[in-house]
Amino acid sequence: MNKSSNKFRHLVWPLVSLALLLLFNAIFTDNFFKIEVKKQDSAQAVQSTAVPDDLPGAAGTAAAQAAAEEVEAAKQTVKESAGQQAVPEKKDDKGVSIFGYYLYGTPIDILNQGSKVMVLAIGMTLVIATGGIDISVGAVMAIAGAIAALLISMLDAGNCIGAGMGPAWYWIIPVAAALVLSTLAGFWNGMLVAGFGIQPMVATLVLMVAGRGVAQLITDGQIITFDNPGLVFLCNGHALFLPFSVWIVVAMYVIAGLLTRKTAFGLFIESVGNNERASRYAGIEARRIKWLTYVICGFCAGVAGLLAASNIKCADSNNAGLYLELDAILATVIGGTSMAGGRFFLSGSLVGAILIQTLTTTMYMKNVSPAIVQVPKAMVVIIVCLLQSPVFRAKVLSVFASKAAKGGVQ
Amino acid sequence: MDLLQTKGIEKQFLGVKALKGVDFAVKAGEIHALMGENGAGKSTLIKIITGVYPASAGSVYFNGKECKFRSPLDAEHAGISTVYQEVNLLPDLSVAENICIGREPRTKLGFIDKKERKVQARKALARLDIDINVGENLSSYSIAIQQLVAIARALDVDCKLLILDEPTSSLDENEVKELFKVMKKLREEGMAIIFITHFLDQVYEVSDRITILRDGQLVGSYDAKDLPRIEMVAKMIGKTPDEINQMQAGIVKNTKFGDTVYEAKGIGRVGTISPVDVSIREGEQLGLAGLLGSGRSEIAQIIFGVDPHDSGTMTMCGKPVNFNSPQKAVKAKVALIAEDRKVTGIIPDLTIRENIMLALQASKGIWKTMTLKQQEEMAEKYIKLLRIKTPSGEQLIKHLSGGNQQKVLIARWLATNPKLLILDEPTRGIDVGAKAEIEALTQQLCGEGMAVIFISSELEEVVRDCDRVIVLRDRKKVGEVAGSDISLKNVMKLIAG
Repeated sequence: MNKSSNKFRHLVWPLVSLALLLLFNAIFTDNFFKIEVKKQDSAQAVQSTAVPDDLPGAAGTAAAQAAAEEVEAAKQTVKESAGQQAVPEKKDDKGVSIFGYYLYGTPIDILNQGSKVMVLAIGMTLVIATGGIDISVGAVMAIAGAIAALLISMLDAGNCIGAGMGPAWYWIIPVAAALVLSTLAGFWNGMLVAGFGIQPMVATLVLMVAGRGVAQLITDGQIITFDNPGLVFLCNGHALFLPFSVWIVVAMYVIAGLLTRKTAFGLFIESVGNNERASRYAGIEARRIKWLTYVICGFCAGVAGLLAASNIKCADSNNAGLYLELDAILATVIGGTSMAGGRFFLSGSLVGAILIQTLTTTMYMKNVSPAIVQVPKAMVVIIVCLLQSPVFRAKVLSVFASKAAKGGVQ
Repeated sequence: MDLLQTKGIEKQFLGVKALKGVDFAVKAGEIHALMGENGAGKSTLIKIITGVYPASAGSVYFNGKECKFRSPLDAEHAGISTVYQEVNLLPDLSVAENICIGREPRTKLGFIDKKERKVQARKALARLDIDINVGENLSSYSIAIQQLVAIARALDVDCKLLILDEPTSSLDENEVKELFKVMKKLREEGMAIIFITHFLDQVYEVSDRITILRDGQLVGSYDAKDLPRIEMVAKMIGKTPDEINQMQAGIVKNTKFGDTVYEAKGIGRVGTISPVDVSIREGEQLGLAGLLGSGRSEIAQIIFGVDPHDSGTMTMCGKPVNFNSPQKAVKAKVALIAEDRKVTGIIPDLTIRENIMLALQASKGIWKTMTLKQQEEMAEKYIKLLRIKTPSGEQLIKHLSGGNQQKVLIARWLATNPKLLILDEPTRGIDVGAKAEIEALTQQLCGEGMAVIFISSELEEVVRDCDRVIVLRDRKKVGEVAGSDISLKNVMKLIAG
């Protein structure tokens, strides 16, 4: 067994699962892999036929009729685009591509829609590696979206400092404010966990519950819509053939990778997660390391919140990022990072996030009702987790082995 | 007729052969000592017998039948009970709950019969002549009592074979005597006992037969009375008796001391230890002696900043310092190899290389990193220097035996090039060979000018190795002896008061 094979071993099962899922789609979903190169001109511009990621959440609060309609509409668009009969075409001059061309198709859409969970999973992986958990990221997303939407509406109205920069540039202000606020939220979580020694689940539960209230306070209970080109570009624009959000994920992944693996930060995280007391005895400032991971996780939640708001061009404090903390945790676990802490795998978490999004998209394309979509999703998830369990694999193998042995006798 | 028999047991871990065909037999009504160095395969053999691991090859016979236990519970049902070195009980449950866990007496309605449980627990403890309140939490008793509770629990089932893995390492002399009395009594009752220990005296005190393992292979089984002690050690480490005598004679005490490295005046912590003065010079080896719980480890923890002091002052190389966290102590080149290896030492899922570089990296901080090549060279160097038994530095530390883990921890701190090295029970639970190596190493380090504080329950070691000994009783310093005054008798007198 050489070193490189060990290094990638954790990726095997998530990748196998993803491959199986894609294979399923290749066989049973028409044109799943069809990727077109679209030329960017204003008449042909196609808005991403995204399925809003908070569909399950919307289904949960089905009372809200508006939400239900949204689900219907999304299903409709997916069906149409899947059949390639009527690609919904809209005039939309916001999705500007640098070179005038970009790729369009379901796999690209999965990456675009999965970007939020991928970004969340990066931060979540680090937190989980220290033996912690952050269940507040969904609510922090809502806060980030809310502050960004509020500021951009104030800038649009001209009653905020910086409005003089003009709409082409002043979107930087809400983006920066959202990131600062979400990083502060992470700092708060870190303070409760590392500073005061509160159990991570309880500490982050505070913000999970209160965060949406904070977001409501910011937006005064309204859903604020916006159409600032800069802000909309984040999750709807294209650059270098791909959705801009994909490049955000790539950048975050590279930065996180460098930060953890080119410095000693990653080693310290794994050490603290594996044996906190011994790490302290070895001279590692365990509390500071843990604190820092929550701050990073908060920042990631801020980026995800901006993507979510940008995607639907509004800040919906009730539904933005709803239940996404669960998807992020799931992506991390599927990626091979143990909930007990210790070794972590950022690349595995990304594959996990893509797997979850592929699953969600597949459900919608197969016309599974949003009301029951969680059931098949749960089934696939349990299969992936079982495949990853050495105990389960040994059991299955021993069954096959004994059958083979019997066959040999006959 | 043998009660337990193993034939050709082999076990492979990730390419490492831990056992290479071991035949081993135990009769009913005998105390059988299983001896060998760290990594010889004792624990692995026990774990295969009790169903913790499956064997890669070979078979286990118990009571004349071939057995394949799938779990320790399985083995327990068949009549094999095990007490491990680390107490495997639940500290936050009561003594009675611990003893009866998994086999609680039931009332007619199927609820747990709490009264009956206490009665049963008291009965089980009475067999060991222990009289404690079984309703108290286990954690409110000393480690020694907890160990005896673990034994009582093991005996409570219908047990034919009792395995004691290092049961005495946390017991004091009287407790050991009590335990031996119990063991002999059980032998009279016809029980077979497998006894693993590193204390050679104890082996001869109670054992009938001795089986020796080396490097995963059986060296042989002998009647205890036919095997002289020096020969047993020779067989364990694979050297001739002459070579061993040379090894022991090879330890030379350093006598040249330099400037004061560390000095503390009246450091103490309320509820932990009364204020004491500690000072140590370059090249000096200072012993801390006293009974378990006398405050030895507590002083180490205060010096290292794990439990910050709340009175007194300290200086390092003449400069005033305030170690209120381990980070500060590490940066000032103080190293502590703490008592409980599993809890405060190893990071189990990291590799040997990562475990070795950890403290050095921690003192450098996050940004100043070492290249992989530098790390590998460092690991390689210490694996060779300390003779750590492993196929490579990329092995996870949890796969090493206790003594080799201890060596990795020593390597971790030597890599930081400390001025003051504190060793808290470095020789506990490791074998004679490794003990001699560690003793020789500390002397060599002193010769190079390092200051060493040495804490050990084994007074012979303290007396043999230290230049000065501080004696503690009831969390107070009760005396200090130096130079030629250091003798077993003098130290014992101070300890006893």
